[in-house]
Amino acid sequence: MSESDWTLQSMISASPRHAAEDPPWARRTLTAVALVFLALFLGLPLLVVFAHALSAGLDSFGNAVSDPAALSAIRLTLLVAAISVPLNAVFGVSAAWCIAKFDFPGKRLLITAIDLPFAVSPVVSGLVFVLLFGAQGLLGPWLQDHGIRIIFAVPGIVLATLFITFPFVARELIPLMQEQGPEEEQAALSLGASGWQMFWRVTLPNVRFGLLYGIVLLNARAMGEFGAVSVVSGHIRGRTNTMPLHVEILYNEYQTAAAFAVASLLALLALVTLCLKHFLEWRMGRRQGAADAA
Amino acid sequence: MRQPRRILPGFGLTLGYTLVYLSLLVLLPLGALFVKTASLSWSEFAAAAFSERALAAYRLTFGASFLAAAVNAVLGLVVAWVLVRYQFLGKGLVDGLVDLPFALPTAVAGITLTTLLAPNGWVGSLLQPLGIEAAYTPLGIVIALTFIGLPFVVRTVQPVLEDLEQEVEDAASSLGAPRWQTFRRVLLPAISPALLAGFTLAFARAVGEYGSVVFISGNMPMKTEIAPLLIVTKLEQYEYAGATAIAVVMLVVSLALLLVIQGLQALASRRGRSVKAGT
Repeated sequence: MSESDWTLQSMISASPRHAAEDPPWARRTLTAVALVFLALFLGLPLLVVFAHALSAGLDSFGNAVSDPAALSAIRLTLLVAAISVPLNAVFGVSAAWCIAKFDFPGKRLLITAIDLPFAVSPVVSGLVFVLLFGAQGLLGPWLQDHGIRIIFAVPGIVLATLFITFPFVARELIPLMQEQGPEEEQAALSLGASGWQMFWRVTLPNVRFGLLYGIVLLNARAMGEFGAVSVVSGHIRGRTNTMPLHVEILYNEYQTAAAFAVASLLALLALVTLCLKHFLEWRMGRRQGAADAA
Repeated sequence: MRQPRRILPGFGLTLGYTLVYLSLLVLLPLGALFVKTASLSWSEFAAAAFSERALAAYRLTFGASFLAAAVNAVLGLVVAWVLVRYQFLGKGLVDGLVDLPFALPTAVAGITLTTLLAPNGWVGSLLQPLGIEAAYTPLGIVIALTFIGLPFVVRTVQPVLEDLEQEVEDAASSLGAPRWQTFRRVLLPAISPALLAGFTLAFARAVGEYGSVVFISGNMPMKTEIAPLLIVTKLEQYEYAGATAIAVVMLVVSLALLLVIQGLQALASRRGRSVKAGT
């Protein structure tokens, strides 16, 4: 930047900015409207979860979350997340690699197809697996003959969760890898690195925060999914209940304090997710579009 | 960027894996929905998909989703404006909290909002003397869907507002345009594609929403029964054909919305760039 550019720059930023500023009354009114809206719709519900979770005292909170049915729901939720997160993360990296670093016909269509699960209602996402693997489903009779249970069992819950959380990592990595371009990888190869060396030493470190970001969102959705899992699970207590389903059962049995006790664990997960998301956005030095977490 | 790109390895492996995984997990199951539908005759399909009860459910689902998305469009724009343009205490915290509806499991949102709005709840007990019933009514459904869609408009409008060159506004004001006119003529055209994209995202999300609504809606057929719930009810009664027909209607609407959203987002990013370039 030359000397004269500098002068010009400082002249522009020194020029009075008030020209386009809002009058104080508008400023105050708009801020008040925004804060009241957010306090009512976000702050108050968050407060309610924790207030009701502890409303019957710490002992009953402890009993509610250490009840055998609650423990088995927590175990199942962790298991489902432990399967879905790595599978969809590997898929996301693979899809982002071929879409971001290569040109091929049908790329736009492929990106749209990857977005599909976000557009489909969770209930419909569960239903398709019932139609495929249920007792009256297309593959139902064959599965029954071979003694394989998918619907109303853990495999169905895993499949529905995989479907629902399918796009998270791919969506995060595609724009990131596109932005970075192929130059660094090409340099690594021309210096004699093998394909895997290039991947582990160049590609993965370059996208690590974006990958983590996608994984954090994917994990939150996998642990919290309700609609799709509810359709395929059969609600067998102690066997096919995840945490959100356990919350529903307790709530419908009027065990409100216990329902909120388990719900508060999920709300804590949400808060941890938001903190991690915020941290990763700060590390990446950018803001996320809304569609990411849809 | 225009050098030959095939030098990098792994294209065949990753594209192949992507296509196989996508087909097995997403395309094949969605295909099963259409195979099942194809086994119905047209009259069977129409009887299930367009019964009185189903039509009432669509009206409620789309009507409540539209209202919720409209509320979010107006208040989301205000929130985005305040977060981008003004300074106040706790702004970072407020900004981070906007994403809560994305992170909070829908069942938790559902029981929480219901408990708040029930006649004996913190908010419901205040509304009752005014003659307003929120829980177990369409109003409750709109509130739940507003919660679910809250981040969309904020997060699509916010980056566009941040990128807007203040010089354009300054120019308009220095030419004597009143503040309101500057907003209407200069700012609104620049942010309208993003606003519309945010609105459509919130609407699309609300149309399919289930978890947060089932608790608060009361689930009365013809009155407070949303379409996703009707699908679940049919499934529980082993009426697979009926569930499938309604699901196909919902899926077709979702796909149409997905295409609209992609078009709007492309438009929004183009418009954002052109405004930045000062055209």
